[in-house]
Amino acid sequence: MSDPSIVSPMSVIAPVAEAPILNAELFLFHEAWLLDHFDFEAWLDLYTDDAVYWVPLEVGQSDPLTTHSLVYDDKRLMQIRVRQQTHPRAHARLPLSRTVHQVGNVQAQDIDEAGEQTIRSTLILFEYRRERQRSFAANVVHRLRLQGNAWKILHKRVDLINSESELDGIAFFF
Amino acid sequence: MGAISSQQIGALIQEDRVHRSVYSDPAIFEMEMSQLFGKAWLILGHESQIAQSGDYFCTEMARQPVIVVRHEDGSVKVLFNRCSHRGAMVCHDQSGNTKQFVCPYHGWTFETNGNLRFVPLAHNYGESFVERMPQFNLTPVARVDSYRGFIFASLAAEGPALSDFLGHMTSSFDDMVDRSPTGEIEIAGGVFKHAYNGNWKLVLENHNDTVHPAFVHASSVFAAGGPETVASTSVSDISIRQMRQNGAPADVWEKLGLWTAGPGHSYMGDYHDDKRLVAGLTNPIFKEYAEALTARIGEDRANDVLSVHRFNSIVYPNCSFMSQFRQLRIVHPIAVDRTVVYTYSFRMKGAPPALFQDTIAFGNVVNGTASWVLTDDLEVYERTQKGLTGQLSDWVYLGRGFGDDRPDDHAMVRGGTGTSEIHIRSQFAAWKHYMTGSAA
Repeated sequence: MSDPSIVSPMSVIAPVAEAPILNAELFLFHEAWLLDHFDFEAWLDLYTDDAVYWVPLEVGQSDPLTTHSLVYDDKRLMQIRVRQQTHPRAHARLPLSRTVHQVGNVQAQDIDEAGEQTIRSTLILFEYRRERQRSFAANVVHRLRLQGNAWKILHKRVDLINSESELDGIAFFF
Repeated sequence: MGAISSQQIGALIQEDRVHRSVYSDPAIFEMEMSQLFGKAWLILGHESQIAQSGDYFCTEMARQPVIVVRHEDGSVKVLFNRCSHRGAMVCHDQSGNTKQFVCPYHGWTFETNGNLRFVPLAHNYGESFVERMPQFNLTPVARVDSYRGFIFASLAAEGPALSDFLGHMTSSFDDMVDRSPTGEIEIAGGVFKHAYNGNWKLVLENHNDTVHPAFVHASSVFAAGGPETVASTSVSDISIRQMRQNGAPADVWEKLGLWTAGPGHSYMGDYHDDKRLVAGLTNPIFKEYAEALTARIGEDRANDVLSVHRFNSIVYPNCSFMSQFRQLRIVHPIAVDRTVVYTYSFRMKGAPPALFQDTIAFGNVVNGTASWVLTDDLEVYERTQKGLTGQLSDWVYLGRGFGDDRPDDHAMVRGGTGTSEIHIRSQFAAWKHYMTGSAA
């Protein structure tokens, strides 16, 4: 669990957290912070109930239903991933991978007619587990929607540059 | 490193145990590449990957790059992907369509049957070079054959015919194809390529190991479980149902059929009772599909086709597939402690599109590199490999169900229960046969 004495960059900018004006960069930094500090319940709370978390298998993949995906989760499957980590025989997840999600090149698009905010970014991720470190790079697109007084993630797409390559098992979140 | 004698190799395999070095010794792995992967029929893919003249895909046999290509006369050629001049791979793309293969190094140009057609500056290679050019055709792999559209090849010129090699395993390929309402299937939906730091044999042993789900997959059974019902239309539906099925109680697994056939092959019966995952007329998608099948082959035959209940079928040494769920894996050994498995889904031509969406969702949970289920298998392969590097304990015990194996129809042997390790004992009997040249 996260060290309570360390605070996320999101929480020190009170106006951002409380007002519906979105600081795209801080929002993505906050998501990365939660994942890197094992605060998965708070991470799930960043997502709407009808959210999709998608890591396509193929470059430029347009369809998750007729082509395989590394991850194509609705909220319930995301919750199952988080719940699996709590089981004493979660072999590939005990211990959990340590990660650093380095978010960069953040570009917030104009809010569209449906009130949805699209944010493009890049992700450099380092993962460490059992004497092995791996690195990943991805182009990421978040789509956010205002829910009550808070922005929530409606759709997250992570295009790994090596999604089509031979990959060892992946048991962490991008 | 000195050669290992047949006697030494033979001593590693006993009736109910094997020596750990068969998983961990690099010299034995090199011998496997020449004696086992260099002799057996290996599955390479499916004809739907090269439907048109000039279509090709690249793969490997015993770590050697090969091209599988549809020649203009319609025949399937399997050629070593190595220029006959200085050795560069003449084809680098994983798949595509071409009229010729042009070496990137000095422009030697080959037809899709491997014939050398053109050499720049041919006169530089000597006066009679044009007459000698046929000596420089791309080398074809010794034997190529197919069964129901599945392409096999062998690096050995001599050996059993494909039909003799497969034996009654043909019935599992039949199951895969016969379920299609048009009798046609095609690879579709992309390829998962999952890798692990472990020996290639571990994955083939695991696929028909019916005791492992309760332990290896305990966390995903738990996570997907609970009192909540599963909707029948959401994207999570198939994943949750499949994870839950792995939690079937022990007596379900024990009652399953588990058969071995031919040199190291095996298949198991099916353990699913979820009507959304398997043949069940209560599912509207399945009903529509069953009607299409019945319209083509009649009710009696359709009932026969749909009453086959199989889960994994293993064709030793490089293939494992799920005929009922249209998944196929090809095992690529990389090193004694490194393996990559390519997994493919099949679409039944003429079946409702929604059924293929179920196939994709099923593949995501069963074969996906980031799946809740597969990641735990890969973790256990790696822990097994680590355990087998230890020096103090040499033997790996394969005694579950030993002594209860019994002959069955079609020259097969059936395990006393579905939880037997008969399939692993059978794999090692075949292994010994290939590696020492003895009778299987």
